[in-house]
Amino acid sequence: MGAIQNKLGAPITEELALVQAAKKGDDSAFEELVRRYDRNVFRIAQHITQNREDAEDVVQEAFLKAYGNLAQFQEQSKFYTWLVRIAVNEALMKLRRRKPERTVSLDEDIKTEDDSLPREIADWSPNPEQQYTQAELREILSKTIQGLPPGFRTVFVLRDVEGLSTEETAAALDLSVPAVKSRLLRARLQLRERLGRYFQKRESGDGNK
Amino acid sequence: MKCSEFLHELTNYLDGVLDEKTKVELENHLSWCHNCYVVCDTTKKTIEIYRDSQLYELPEDLRSRLRSAIMAKCQQQKRRGPQSV
Repeated sequence: MGAIQNKLGAPITEELALVQAAKKGDDSAFEELVRRYDRNVFRIAQHITQNREDAEDVVQEAFLKAYGNLAQFQEQSKFYTWLVRIAVNEALMKLRRRKPERTVSLDEDIKTEDDSLPREIADWSPNPEQQYTQAELREILSKTIQGLPPGFRTVFVLRDVEGLSTEETAAALDLSVPAVKSRLLRARLQLRERLGRYFQKRESGDGNK
Repeated sequence: MKCSEFLHELTNYLDGVLDEKTKVELENHLSWCHNCYVVCDTTKKTIEIYRDSQLYELPEDLRSRLRSAIMAKCQQQKRRGPQSV
């Protein structure tokens, strides 16, 4: 069983050149940065807000904020990490506005350490995702991740869906590296357990009929 | 290695950042502990399924609409001069 590979590997120097051009007022360079990262920002925003309109707003607000504050960007971190940080904050604000009855922060839901220990160990059928149509699978995945507390699903999305490193995720969320690791483990285990309800091997038959 | 220790190292293992000694111990544990093997395997599948799911893809028409709106607002902001947003 090998390690999971990250997928984000855009050349940093090229990104930096675009940022520097944009800082000097080249809007086409900024537009290129939008093109480069709009899909990522939208995905992150929708994962956090679980609402398409909010995610659209977050994309606009995050890029607009980045544009307005470009002069403050220090170039010590990746532009993308900086942008993600802005987007996550915008998305959490949306979530708070939408759910005023409960506080929403990345620090909530720290319960006991064993709340995500595996209880259900049953194995999955081989290629479980093929038991469902694409639309059904998306529905399952979306419903499943919605059940996670925002602080967990944000870490999971940045690390495992968007491919940020642990350090980048920590920087984007203003969390410590151990906090990111602990949330990531629990997010992964909770998702695994919840998906198991759909993907488990059937008692009779092989589930692939 | 005990099951609880395996669980503690699972994320590091899946991320490929374990030192060689711990990795060997963990894989040794997986070779005889079926439950941990299943947890490890299905956790890995969970990550892969989400990563490959194309959940919340931005449709091209919406994408260009958003981009035009962003660039138009940027222009407005530029005309108004520097200010905090």
